[in-house]
Amino acid sequence: MSAVAVEPRESVAVEENYLSDHTVKSWLLTTDHKRIGILYLISVTLFFLVGGAAASMMRFELMTPKGDLLGSPDVYNRLFTTHGVVMIFFFLVPSIPAVLGNFLIPLMIGARDLAFPILNLMSWYVYIIGGSIAIYILMFGGVDTGWTFYTPFSTMYSNTMVVHAAIAVFITGFSSILTGLNFIVTIHTMRAPGMSWFRLPLFVWAHYATSLIMVLGTPVLAIAVALIAVERGFGIGIFNPNLGGDPVLFQHLFWFYSHPAVYIMILPGMGVISEIIPCFARRPIFGYRFIAASSLAIAVIGFVVWGHHMFVSGQSMYAGMVFSMLSFLVAVPSAIKVFNWTSTMYKGSIRFDTPMLYALGFIGLFTIGGLTGMMLSTLAVDIHVHDTYFVVAHFHYIMVGGAVMAYLGGIHFWWPKITGRMYSELLGKLSALTVFIGFNLTFFPQFVLGYLGMPRRYFEYASEFQVLNVMSTAGASILAAGYALPLFYLLLSLRQPPTAGKNPWGATGLEWQVDSPPTTHNFDFTPRIDRAPYAYSPVAIEGFDGYSDHGSH
Amino acid sequence: MWNFPLFPDQASSHASSIDALYFFEWAVAIFFSIVIGIAVVVLAVRYRSGSKVDRTNPPTHSQFMEAIWIAIPFVIGMVMFAWGAILFYDMYDPPGDALEVSVVGKQWMWYIQHAQGRAEINELHIPVGQAVKLTMTSQDVIHSFFVPAFRVKQDVLPGRYTSLWFQPTKPGRYHLFCAEYCGTNHSVMGGWVEVMEPAAYERWLTEGGSGPSMAEEGARLFLQHHCAGCHRDSVTVKAPRLEGVYGRPVPIQNGKDVSFVTADVAYIRDSILRPKSQVVAGYEPIMPSFEGQISETDLLKIIAYIKSLSGKEAVR
Repeated sequence: MSAVAVEPRESVAVEENYLSDHTVKSWLLTTDHKRIGILYLISVTLFFLVGGAAASMMRFELMTPKGDLLGSPDVYNRLFTTHGVVMIFFFLVPSIPAVLGNFLIPLMIGARDLAFPILNLMSWYVYIIGGSIAIYILMFGGVDTGWTFYTPFSTMYSNTMVVHAAIAVFITGFSSILTGLNFIVTIHTMRAPGMSWFRLPLFVWAHYATSLIMVLGTPVLAIAVALIAVERGFGIGIFNPNLGGDPVLFQHLFWFYSHPAVYIMILPGMGVISEIIPCFARRPIFGYRFIAASSLAIAVIGFVVWGHHMFVSGQSMYAGMVFSMLSFLVAVPSAIKVFNWTSTMYKGSIRFDTPMLYALGFIGLFTIGGLTGMMLSTLAVDIHVHDTYFVVAHFHYIMVGGAVMAYLGGIHFWWPKITGRMYSELLGKLSALTVFIGFNLTFFPQFVLGYLGMPRRYFEYASEFQVLNVMSTAGASILAAGYALPLFYLLLSLRQPPTAGKNPWGATGLEWQVDSPPTTHNFDFTPRIDRAPYAYSPVAIEGFDGYSDHGSH
Repeated sequence: MWNFPLFPDQASSHASSIDALYFFEWAVAIFFSIVIGIAVVVLAVRYRSGSKVDRTNPPTHSQFMEAIWIAIPFVIGMVMFAWGAILFYDMYDPPGDALEVSVVGKQWMWYIQHAQGRAEINELHIPVGQAVKLTMTSQDVIHSFFVPAFRVKQDVLPGRYTSLWFQPTKPGRYHLFCAEYCGTNHSVMGGWVEVMEPAAYERWLTEGGSGPSMAEEGARLFLQHHCAGCHRDSVTVKAPRLEGVYGRPVPIQNGKDVSFVTADVAYIRDSILRPKSQVVAGYEPIMPSFEGQISETDLLKIIAYIKSLSGKEAVR
């Protein structure tokens, strides 16, 4: 959208931006949403490296059917738990909301900061406390329950640091709740004049839906892990049948949060894609209201599908049928988004810069992830593939193929805004391509493995599964190279002067009308918004290239 | 290493119907992936920056298109749901003539006992063509009984019974896995299902002499735990007789109301471990709990004994 009141002010010196103050204290005590976004960027990147290291060691172990490389199944079991806990709670959940959401939501709605800047800083500290406990666990023993903490294994049988892990997850949850709360209040109360609900960028809509899940779902996870600590620490019977508890109750509590949590991870990614595609197709997004509404629909329906994780758990047959049907309903809003993004390319003027390549990769991988999700929603098929590598492949297509591709696309898209620097476009394209190819080579064989019957969380496996596992590990090494590349060239770009300019992509969002990097106070004047977002014109942009005479009307 | 299958054996009556649905779903998935993939590639090439095409008035919305792509995934989803639910329903209840086998999972082995009495560990021998019903429980954490070649899986829970049935259609040796993570040696908690010709199975059952059946062992335990003292012989203690009770509705006193509960394996188990929770109408809640005193394997034997009484009518 365009802000009529904001005139370009070339006189703003590069020194006067939000990055200018270099003291450690200025970073640790900052309440600037942009700096907090950077703090999160650094933290989630470190956790991504930890989770990725665990994944790499697992994939190397799985090159051979016998347990050899890691020596003991206990090491392997700790690795997959670390990988899951770290990647979900410390990377994926905070990644797009806490990094890009924090940085961009005030800029996108024309606000000075989030509604509660101090609360925002507090959410980062809460996250760091939870994360420090996670690292402490990792160094002094580990946990072997899997990220799902199923009872009564976690409460009575595991000899690892389960209570510590419960505390880490409990604490980190509050960081998520605080961020969600902050976003909801900000989006309701701090929109600039003229920024009506239907002029909001879809990135903001997606974060609004995500925030609702964070605020409503996370407390239930906190309750579930707190009950684990209570049963484990004090022997109060909640989940253990020997103490009069019900082990399946835990699964209900856990998935009541953890299925919606999948949407916490993917919805912000969908928001990123909805920004990138119209910008690089140079035309208004197709079906704005449907994409916005589908985010809310996913958030709402996402709360009533948790039982599809429990088709073989012993829940009643009729519960299984209800959850199966509701799960198919979630496919509808997801499909709406994919069709609308694809239609946005019609009559566009499409450029294939790095963010667009990531976005197109997202569409492909998310589509496969979504369609295989429908297989998992199908009762009779899920009976066979539940808890096999088929599930592992499916949710990696959604969370890695979807959410991580979107996160990287978003980082590449807004990197010039965040840092003022452009990166090597050639290396950028190479990374998008490498990640896409490496991802498919890693995870597609796992669909085949899963249907063959290889259960997940297996340290040793039957020898006939080896060829597919070797393929998967080979793909993972390509994927790792694809992830290492941006780390290298994005950091390298910081050595250059910030010459990216306000709007290197020619985008219409409000965030592109302020300096790169933005000043601490974001806007010199309160912007007024007088039109819908994504006011791109493919004819006009082609006009600069000399093709404007091709319009037939 | 060069044994390199891409698709599992179809060795049960469930397998081919589930595979048919799975193939249908992949057909749908591939179709839509290709449609979207082609659309993306064609649009990307045709409308690439600089190409000489008509770009005037790009449409920004269309309720008609939205309606179409809401309807298509909805209808396809409901077809998949209904198809999957029907198969699931069929897989739920075993046929009446199913062979009964008891399974106890524990870290990290499967203990399996046939009604005839023969027990085995990490192996399950069954005759081809005969429906088999497993009654399963766990002694510790949650496990999951998974035979990929049969396309069946069921979590095995501590403190309750779950059941699973299948009808093997092809003799052979098939993987048995534990599919629910259960601790250190989860990945080696498995074994083999050996589907045999019926004659070979009969021979296998009586190999090494024939010991007592599960029901006979149950009868011995019934005496040993002094169940018989009240439930069979007593004239002084009033306790319900157990002949013919299995599978029948039992009246339960619920305050002033009487409700009925079917005396299935779960009810008999609860009546032994938590006798005061569902007391038969007209009886005093005087039975002591046997919680922690009888192992899971022995409980299954006692239940097999009580089941074996179902042919007989109560003598009052």
